[in-house]
Amino acid sequence: MLSLDTIVAPATPPGEGGVGIVRLSGPRAVDFLGTTFRGNTTITRMESHRLYYGKLFNSDEERVDEVLAVIMRAPRSYTGEDVVEIHCHGGTQILRSVLDLFLKAGARMAGPGEFTQRAFLNGRLDLAQAEAVIGVIKARSERASRVALDQLDGHLSQKIYKFSEQLKQSLALLEAHIDFPDDEVGALDLPGLLAPLRKISLQVDTLVGSFDVGRVLREGVNVLILGRPNVGKSSLMNAILGESRAIVNEIAGTTRDTLEEQLVLAGFPVRLVDAAGVRDTDDPVEQEGVRRAREKAAVADLVLMVVDGSCPLTGQDILALELCRPDNTLVVVNKSDQAQNCDLERLVGFPCRVSVSAKYSLGLDDLSEAILGLLKGGAASSEGEEGVVVTERRHRDALLLTKAALKELLASAEDSAPLECLAMDLREALSALGLITGETTPDEILDQIFSQFCVGK
Amino acid sequence: MAENYDIIVVGAGHAGCEAALAAARMGCQALLLTLNLDAVAQMSCNPAIGGLAKGHLVREIDALGGEMARNIDATGIQFRVLNTKKGPAVRASRAQADRDLYRARMKQVVEAQEGLDLKQGQVISLVVEGEGVAGVETRDGLRFLAPTVILTTGTFMRGLIHVGLSHYPGGRAGEPPSEGLSDQLRTLGFDVGRLKTGTPPRLDAATIDFSVLEEQPGDPVPKPFSADTLGLDRPQVPCHITYTNERTHEVIRGGLDRSPLYSGVIEGVGPRYCPSIEDKVVRFPEKDHHQIFLEPEGLTSGEVYPNGVSTSLPVDVQLAYLRTMKGLERVEIMRPGYAIEYDYVDPIQLKPSLETKLLRGLYHAGQINGTSGYEEAAGQGLLAGINAVLQVKGREPVVIGRDQGYLGVLVDDLVNLGTKEPYRMFTSRAEYRLLLREDNADQRLSPLGREVGLLTDERWEKFSKKLVDLERGNERLRTKRISPGNHEALDRLGLQGLKNGASLEELLRRPEIGIGDLDFLDAELASFSQEVRSELETEIKYAGYIRRQQEQVERFRRLESLEIPEGFDYDTVSGFSAEVREKLKRVAPRTLGQAGRIPGVTPAAVAILTVFLRR
Ligand SMILES: Cc1cc2nc3c(=O)[nH]c(=O)nc-3n(C[C@H](O)[C@H](O)[C@H](O)COP(=O)(O)OP(=O)(O)OC[C@H]3O[C@@H](n4cnc5c(N)ncnc54)[C@H](O)[C@@H]3O)c2cc1C
Repeated sequence: MLSLDTIVAPATPPGEGGVGIVRLSGPRAVDFLGTTFRGNTTITRMESHRLYYGKLFNSDEERVDEVLAVIMRAPRSYTGEDVVEIHCHGGTQILRSVLDLFLKAGARMAGPGEFTQRAFLNGRLDLAQAEAVIGVIKARSERASRVALDQLDGHLSQKIYKFSEQLKQSLALLEAHIDFPDDEVGALDLPGLLAPLRKISLQVDTLVGSFDVGRVLREGVNVLILGRPNVGKSSLMNAILGESRAIVNEIAGTTRDTLEEQLVLAGFPVRLVDAAGVRDTDDPVEQEGVRRAREKAAVADLVLMVVDGSCPLTGQDILALELCRPDNTLVVVNKSDQAQNCDLERLVGFPCRVSVSAKYSLGLDDLSEAILGLLKGGAASSEGEEGVVVTERRHRDALLLTKAALKELLASAEDSAPLECLAMDLREALSALGLITGETTPDEILDQIFSQFCVGK
Repeated sequence: MAENYDIIVVGAGHAGCEAALAAARMGCQALLLTLNLDAVAQMSCNPAIGGLAKGHLVREIDALGGEMARNIDATGIQFRVLNTKKGPAVRASRAQADRDLYRARMKQVVEAQEGLDLKQGQVISLVVEGEGVAGVETRDGLRFLAPTVILTTGTFMRGLIHVGLSHYPGGRAGEPPSEGLSDQLRTLGFDVGRLKTGTPPRLDAATIDFSVLEEQPGDPVPKPFSADTLGLDRPQVPCHITYTNERTHEVIRGGLDRSPLYSGVIEGVGPRYCPSIEDKVVRFPEKDHHQIFLEPEGLTSGEVYPNGVSTSLPVDVQLAYLRTMKGLERVEIMRPGYAIEYDYVDPIQLKPSLETKLLRGLYHAGQINGTSGYEEAAGQGLLAGINAVLQVKGREPVVIGRDQGYLGVLVDDLVNLGTKEPYRMFTSRAEYRLLLREDNADQRLSPLGREVGLLTDERWEKFSKKLVDLERGNERLRTKRISPGNHEALDRLGLQGLKNGASLEELLRRPEIGIGDLDFLDAELASFSQEVRSELETEIKYAGYIRRQQEQVERFRRLESLEIPEGFDYDTVSGFSAEVREKLKRVAPRTLGQAGRIPGVTPAAVAILTVFLRR
């Protein structure tokens, strides 16, 4: 975890772009540049944060590329360590050889998010920023990346700072009335003091509620395709995949008993889990199959329950249906290209339905719309105000602690507890928020008191 | 030929007296040197001891075996408990002192103390030998040697007094400054800075019309500070209250061009919590009046201390604005108010024992550390005295935790944060405030006072009896029950509806029932002292909060128990930013907990440090 070694990684995505950047960070970053770079200025005389032109050579004195190099000396760099960036030609091949050059020299390939981690460890980022950067790295869809960026430029931080400002303000007021006599600070208006805290308590609640949306954005929505054998599950999966132009990643399903695909559906990163690959073991009629299907349905964010529109429901259909919850189940009536002969009226309690023909890719727009509707109606609607959502469990936990302390505070006030007890609750709330924003020192509270009240003899 | 001592204390102010007394009482040969023997324990400013958070400090000093509480009990002329309408943890005692009596009694105690010599003399330099201090030299050419020296020079080092635009060297009104010492300290590598404080004019009581002013009496039953005090028999006198008004403020604004504060003559940083009246008027123009307490300086003194109008305006402006106030229309000033700038040494250069990091055996205590207030000074003096003795005896120093006392909070803040402006104690500085009450100061600190040898047998017995009574009282409250059939008792308590009976403890948890209401139910409970009874009540009524606070303390102690070895090399830790490294090196924290309290040391840095310490 400690930056004893020097790491290297491409800072631009690989591809045939014009310029590629390779970044080094760590105590030997400048050394490594020294052994490979020849320019008009020698390394020792290069100023921090200035670009220098030169050429890179490997240990056999062969020229690797013509480059621009910049040294950013600690602590004024992104990671807080010595950082070197090499701007080279952008081709994959060149990037690869530049990387190799430094790996050979003794640098280590950076792990995902390791630059950020170092930045954080060296105090260059606050926790919320660091986590958001990691969020950006991991974001797998447009939507998730928007939330991650919001957090980075501090929407979440801003919101939480706002809370913490208000808590500080209230605490200062409270402490002023504890540490100074009434003739200097006036009588305490307790209801007036509590009102904004009540409001914050509700807002914190909303933010905590947004956490599930956050998780969805981070990890993707878990969508399960369920149904009896031969009802058209795999064709539905293929149809959906065919529609989606943004296949992000394919996890080989051959060795597993489920097939998973990741895609972006209606703006959400979706993990589509198909029961098709499970063969008959996933058949709800079989005991084992029922158990497994139930497990999957329980963790799914959304279940696409496929039935055959061309024939009446069977006992197996009903068995499968029993595994579903109405609020997150979309009944997909397949085979709309054939004559419809299904007794859908038996599906009481499952009002969300959509007709499709997986075979001919009909009704897929309706399907995505219905999926979006369900996702938004569920998790997405609990997004915090201004679209701020909490995506990190740690943030959520801190907010939960804050909420609990505020609840204690309001209860204490209800019981007419003395001011120092209220202050204790409020300090707890503040220090819980401090897990995200950093601590508040007693001096800051005193500063506020002195700036607001004419106190002292 | 030089005289030899174990401990030399420089300055017989509030810090110095405690330090010297503790040293001698713990069995060392001590010398107390001071500029002027007629000003031992002089109250430079307000003739009062205690107040919010300060009262707590005085009780802690008493619990450890210090002198301040006994001294004010013996010379106090008005006792009051403040914040009675607020909670039990922030109730605080305050007393007006008879300034002359306070000083005289402390001098007598010092003189009578075996093993302690009191001498007049100005120390102009320290005797340094190798990496340690070895003694002091006075202006009269005398040399005194000791392996430990405690500097408690207050506001005297290069003191500069300002009244209006004129200024002159002085350590306090009417007294010379201390020259030379701070220059030597600077040369030795200490960070010497400049602070400022001020005091109001003293008024002639005969020229004040008290008949038109609101009177503020002391408490009907005055409560002493010290557990040793059996009774307070001195007559109690009232204070009086008057107010500034728009005219007062006008006069003050009119004189600002001759204020050393607003014309830039004063460089030192002043205390924000003790603003001068001109500061209040400038910074809070919307306030149309300020309350002023007229406090008697003593039973026989003809001087009055107007609390709330500290000032460094020219004397003619002082007089003019005073005369705008009700009751002061014909007032005369006996001593003008003034501001004083003085040298202090940044306490970040101290260990938690108050020994300096630079010079072995040298301790700093009191205002020299950038604090202000008699109580803050006395507490530090006591602690420095104790630790100097322990050093002489080759024992480990005493460090009081933030969870153990305001004294612990004070010293921890000083050594971690340093001071940039005069530091005064507030209850809000203590994170475990509910545990740091006046009523349990002895439970928190007397065992320590006993261990170092400052508590007498008699006092220890008294304390032990209190513990027994508390235990017994708790047991009575838990076991004694009142049955639902006891209608008479229930009627008396206004609890007619009680179905299942209840223990006295359960009854006491009800907000409307105080421990006094239960007296008729249990004779033994009623027989305990008022002090024990009120503590029982507090511990039960706020049990939930107290328990939570104790849990916080547990967590705090865990980090506090992770020690950082002395001389730990922060340069070997590569994950730190230069800034964090510099701060850690400067403070050289003793524990991981302390490291985390240094401003600018991030949680990430503490995490890194943890990793390194674990290896
Ligand atoms: C004008 C003024 C206004 C103040 N206003 C406030 C206020 O508003 N609120 C507040 O809380 N506190 C105030 N104080 C501070 C309060 O008086 C001090 O905090 C407290 O007295 C400090 O105690 P001490 O023991 O550190 O030093 P002091 O009480 O100042 O005692 C220092 C002693 O050291 C002696 N000494 C100094 N140098 C030498 C030397 N070289 N050799 C021998 N002896 C030496 C002096 O003679 C003196 O006896 C004020 C002080 C002054 C002077």
